[in-house]
Amino acid sequence: MILSVNELAFTYPSHSVLQKINFSICKGDFLAVLGVNGAGKSTLLKCINRVLKPCAGAVFIQNDEVGKLSQREIAKRIGYVAQRQESVCMTVYDAVLLGRKPYIQWEASKKDLEITHKALKMLELEEYSLRYLNELSGGEQQKVVIARALAQEPNLLLLDEPTSSLDLKNQLEVVKIIKRVVRNQQIGAVVSMHDLNLAIRFADKFLLLKNGEIFAAGGLEVMTPENIESVYSISVKVKEIDGIPVVVPV
Amino acid sequence: MVVKLKGMEKLKNQTTSNFNINETDIYLRYTGRKKLVLVVLACLIILVAIVAVNAGSMNLNLYQVIQSILGNGSNVSDVVIWRIRLPRILAAIIAGAGLSVAGCVMQNNLRNPLASPSTLGISNAAAFGANLAIIVFGAGSISSTSTDAVTINNPYLVTVSAFICSMIATMVILLLARIRSFSPEAMVLSGVALSSLFSAGTILIQYFAQDFQIAAVVFWTFGDLGRIAWPEVSILTCLIGVAFIYFMSKRWDYNALDSGEETAKSLGVNVERVRQGGMFVSSLIAAVAVSFLGIIGFIGLVGPQIMRRIIGGDHRYLIPASALMGSLLLLISDTMARTMVSPVVLPVGAITSFFGAPLFLYLLVRGYQKK
Repeated sequence: MILSVNELAFTYPSHSVLQKINFSICKGDFLAVLGVNGAGKSTLLKCINRVLKPCAGAVFIQNDEVGKLSQREIAKRIGYVAQRQESVCMTVYDAVLLGRKPYIQWEASKKDLEITHKALKMLELEEYSLRYLNELSGGEQQKVVIARALAQEPNLLLLDEPTSSLDLKNQLEVVKIIKRVVRNQQIGAVVSMHDLNLAIRFADKFLLLKNGEIFAAGGLEVMTPENIESVYSISVKVKEIDGIPVVVPV
Repeated sequence: MVVKLKGMEKLKNQTTSNFNINETDIYLRYTGRKKLVLVVLACLIILVAIVAVNAGSMNLNLYQVIQSILGNGSNVSDVVIWRIRLPRILAAIIAGAGLSVAGCVMQNNLRNPLASPSTLGISNAAAFGANLAIIVFGAGSISSTSTDAVTINNPYLVTVSAFICSMIATMVILLLARIRSFSPEAMVLSGVALSSLFSAGTILIQYFAQDFQIAAVVFWTFGDLGRIAWPEVSILTCLIGVAFIYFMSKRWDYNALDSGEETAKSLGVNVERVRQGGMFVSSLIAAVAVSFLGIIGFIGLVGPQIMRRIIGGDHRYLIPASALMGSLLLLISDTMARTMVSPVVLPVGAITSFFGAPLFLYLLVRGYQKK
């Protein structure tokens, strides 16, 4: 087991966002976190790596409680890609090298440069390495931040809506890359998503959030029209086209 | 937005043309060019320093200057070189580096390209302190020398008072910001509020002051490197040296902060502590510099901005490059201030802004055209 979340809760002074969240994932699992805007998807991801401090419950990464680890140690185990990226005047290589930050004492070592190179290669970004981030397209920028998260050599990836600003081609490409990396490296991924079709096609596990609580969790069997309808308040049909499951609103 | 380093395109093209060179080698050559920029800047500073030590109202030739520096000069040239020109030149190099590097860190910590050592109201607080010392505690008086109409008869009192007030401003802002988790907005806004409070205090004190006291205050406000002697140079060198090492030890944290607060946290950066430390140390530099030298504007804003446009936003190189550019700008400005209408020495603060602004605008426009 890579990640285990027990009775997690998060509350803002004015309202409660998450309550009684329990789930776990294993090596190679791609978990899609689904729910309407404001359901608590992003908050859940941030509570896992303590970008936000949960007010109750515990998160365990490889049986170590995240709350008891230093921020640097958490960064060595959990890679995180935020929903919005800042437009930074930094080269692609520098941006990916930043993923080595938790390991760097004073200066980047040869090993850090090698791992950066590997991460660039994995995301096919070699030819962009000296381009500035703010000169890249949305899809390319998204790949850079995923490469940065991979340069952290994490056991778990947290990705907050990694496809929301991408075109159809880039959406598929990015999710395929995530899937491939999770499989090959035998790490876990928790991905918040809005696109149900991408989720149902690529994810192994699903977590449906409704009003800050888990409505349903499990494998493909939880992605029933009834569950989706209850969470999103619209009627849908789940069909298969050429063996690919799709969710169609009706 | 960035004026790319020359030859970068060439380097990039090699990625496709030469398969034996991988990205890491190309990257190392690219960072090598940034290091070269640092070396060039350092050489320029040495060059300008040589010009500066030879320049001035007292005509000394290069031989006399070298003899003096080696300890074999005449009494007159020794006084001019050792007691007037060298402390002044070193003050320009060190204070310029300090102000510029403080601006660089503040721009990063406050996520605001307009941030500079005066952003948190430190200059206004120091000016209030100087007013208090000169007007209320009587540290200014009239004199009849040909060069200065007024003198400050107790410079230490003015310096200490300016320093205390600027540190009070810094501490109040940092304490207030602590309540709001050191958010950039909280720091900038409380800086603006305090700045205006100290300005109001200054106006009130000046309203009840006599003419010569106001003249002394105005004279103090013009930044002037001539006020500094060896003890002050030593204090500035120690403080800015330690601050520089501190900033360099946080350079990766500053790079992570540029990618956003959440990303920085996820990379293991204690964002609040980094901001608290960065703002405190850079405010301390600003407070000491302004207390010793008066207000020298624009170096802290323009130094890092010029270098950001030349070598990019990587703080591993941006911090030393900003320091060097600050030194160069202040040294050139001070040399111009001393020589333009010699024997009158113009206020260096006016020169830095007068020549810094057009240079900055030129780079800004050139940067946007590139984009």
